[in-house]
Amino acid sequence: MLALGYFWKADAREAEIIKAIDADDFGVELNAWVHINTSGKVTIFSHRAEMGQGAYQAIPQILAEELEVNLSEVNVVFAKGDNKKYGNQVTGGSSTVRTAYKNLLKLGATAREMLIQAAANKWNVLKTDCYAEGGHVYHRPSGKKFHYGELVTEAAKLEPPKGILLKKRTDYKLIGKPLPRLDTWIKTNGTAVFGLDKEIPDMLYAAVERNPRLRGKVKSFDDSAARRIRGVKDVIKVKMGVFSTYREGVAVIADSTWAAMQGKKALKVVWDDSGFEHLSTDEIYKRMRESLKTKEGLVFKKQGDPAIIFKNAAKKLDVIYETPYQYHACMEPLNCIAHYQGDKVEIWGPIQAPDWIQDFVSKEMNLPREKVIVNMTFLGGGFGRKAFMDYPHEAAVISKAINAPVQVVWSREDDATQGPYRPGMMYRCEGVIKNGAIDAFKVKLAGQNNDHWRSGKKGEPNRSSSEGFLKPYYDTIKNLSINDVPFETPIPTMWWRSVYASTNGFAYESFMDELALEAGKDPLEFRRMHMQDERVQKLIDKLEEVSGWKNRKQNEGYGVAITECFESTVGQIVKVSRNTDGKVKIDHVWAVMDCGWYVNPDTIKAQVEGSIVMGLGAAVNHQVTFKDGKAVDNNFSTYQMPRINDIPPIEVYIMDNEEEAGGVGEPGLPPFAPALTNAIYDLTGKRIRKLPFNLAEV
Amino acid sequence: MANLTLNINNKEYRLDADPQMPLLWAIRDLAGLKGTKYGCGVAQCGACVVHMDSEAVRSCVTRVSRAAGKKIVTIEGLSENNNHPVQQAWQQIDVPQCGYCHSGQIMSAAVLLRDNPNPSDADIDDAMAGNICRCGTYLRIRKAIHLAAEMQQKTANG
Ligand code: FES
Ligand code: FES
Repeated sequence: MLALGYFWKADAREAEIIKAIDADDFGVELNAWVHINTSGKVTIFSHRAEMGQGAYQAIPQILAEELEVNLSEVNVVFAKGDNKKYGNQVTGGSSTVRTAYKNLLKLGATAREMLIQAAANKWNVLKTDCYAEGGHVYHRPSGKKFHYGELVTEAAKLEPPKGILLKKRTDYKLIGKPLPRLDTWIKTNGTAVFGLDKEIPDMLYAAVERNPRLRGKVKSFDDSAARRIRGVKDVIKVKMGVFSTYREGVAVIADSTWAAMQGKKALKVVWDDSGFEHLSTDEIYKRMRESLKTKEGLVFKKQGDPAIIFKNAAKKLDVIYETPYQYHACMEPLNCIAHYQGDKVEIWGPIQAPDWIQDFVSKEMNLPREKVIVNMTFLGGGFGRKAFMDYPHEAAVISKAINAPVQVVWSREDDATQGPYRPGMMYRCEGVIKNGAIDAFKVKLAGQNNDHWRSGKKGEPNRSSSEGFLKPYYDTIKNLSINDVPFETPIPTMWWRSVYASTNGFAYESFMDELALEAGKDPLEFRRMHMQDERVQKLIDKLEEVSGWKNRKQNEGYGVAITECFESTVGQIVKVSRNTDGKVKIDHVWAVMDCGWYVNPDTIKAQVEGSIVMGLGAAVNHQVTFKDGKAVDNNFSTYQMPRINDIPPIEVYIMDNEEEAGGVGEPGLPPFAPALTNAIYDLTGKRIRKLPFNLAEV
Repeated sequence: MANLTLNINNKEYRLDADPQMPLLWAIRDLAGLKGTKYGCGVAQCGACVVHMDSEAVRSCVTRVSRAAGKKIVTIEGLSENNNHPVQQAWQQIDVPQCGYCHSGQIMSAAVLLRDNPNPSDADIDDAMAGNICRCGTYLRIRKAIHLAAEMQQKTANG
């Protein structure tokens, strides 16, 4: 029996200790997510990562609802990677709640019914005379009660019942309420264990010098100065897999992070970077522009015949939008611990994709999949970057080579210059207006396709060509085409919060604004006109109401944008005006989120607020610039983050309806940039078609 | 062999450290206190803020040798039971998302409130502009600092 102290509320270090000992100590398993020990303590396993988006809150909040336990009393622990037990564990695509909630509700309810049945059996009474509440089962006629701990052993032996009726939404006690997050306490006293904070016995630290040109091999290296640094234990050549390519580097292993970092600085490496030398941003975008001019590309979507209309139209809009490569810039730089032990390797770190790590590392290291044991810590931000296998793979390679547990620490500079990045994109948008409405609409996009890296499969249009675009437009825009003009560079690219919606949204929703103005219509009204979908209509009404769109004054610019991704629709209105010194400033942002069924409204608001701040950085500050094959900006001194003084007031509203759950962590990002630039046009008459732009210079 | 003694959170740590090592890494790797975070290493983000003789310093650019003989307070030592007014306000408003920046945010805010018990929005922006939050929790930080100021005032008054 464990000391009771181990089960104090959500203290991460305590949870770590629990994790380190045998899983049996969580008590009896009622299902993969729910364990209860004999004193009644409930432990819920989070099968997904917590990177700020609130899975650590949402999963227990859903389960506790049907399980009938007090949320503040449950212990939450991250499950190990085990997709046979938990299904897909990749935390990405804003998918945790929307893919799991029905199952979690059912699992909570099933466990509860088993506990009630166990009590009825013990008392030898009718099950229908018993009910569960607050971690106890009560016998209604007599008032007798058991706590769950007294029932769990019996309950676990019962056959899980089928066809349980789930609660009605109106009966929810927890779901839909802005309950305080279970991880806040440990995030205000420094005890939450992030990847970088994790320690295992006898662990060494490693820093790796990787090719600044994003690919290639080590030709030779001189480690004599590095080896002289106090604390440095070893220097070795290493590699890590980046999709289907490998990146080589030189690792310095030491007894502290600092010594490893110093050793790395002292290395002299000669690289073989054939094929990557002269790549520059200017050249990339020049090529994109050229291909959009001359090529038709692959058809992603086509209806009606826009070509004929373009040919015969007296006037046609034909414009180009441009968005930059982006870096994820998680506050916690990449890091990972690996401990290779011959027949297995155990990994700990800030990890979004345990499944993929198991797949990849087991293949690379020739181990059975279940011998790659993956543990998730808290993540200091993820945004897609930590849904990858390169950094854990590299840690495993190093641990194997030095035959010791090791934590590989990426410096901020490594994190910023090594990619993979969100691909830069260019869009050519053409449109014709007839009778105040869209007669023809055509978008051609050029930019790297993340899938090419992943699968190597080419020849198909980017499946995310219209990600972000509201589908109901397809009903009203009769002549429409969306083409992907294939575009390749050797820069590794990947998903970045809201993926292609983050760039598509800017093009599609800016162009919608341009079309509205061409039609002589109010931009909000124009969108409404082209939208037969009732759900979006309601969202537009809400946006109009909360923002005071109709009562806007002179000297105020208002802009709107509405996008959809990961099954949720978000509309935003930005208000801008000019400072006394004539500079444009953002006065206010209103956001309306329609994510259907939802768990915690406060988390949703926080996610939309955060998405807007990230969207602001992407709109006015951030671009990864390549010069001579290297990413130029390597720290926050030049890759400038929005700071507290840059942030306008933000109001977030959530639609209440009976729809299925949609995503929450990402859909709030795409509408911000176009809503801002549309507002700037409204104020100044200046159309911004290229991100990022300098707000101070508008 | 230990060559340096640090006083962290009123406890003496005898450490064997390269005098050039930044205080950040001595606190984290040698003293084993992991609440103080590494974000940039170049005084840009504030994730590493600790108190040194009651002033907020960026431990990533403070040499450990400079910290000897001084009183260091890290997030772990800010209060007895996670109940400094700033921590309480952070909890009430649910400020953190990923939480990684918040050790530094809280340590910066605590110094602000000591020096300026009733800060305006502009004062807050000034004092907190050195702390980056990639998750974008800034509006809640501002709100929580106002709340902490109120709580602090109440305790002082009664
Ligand atoms: S880590 Fe010290 S300021 Fe960023
Ligand atoms: S909460 Fe994630 S960086 Fe601030």
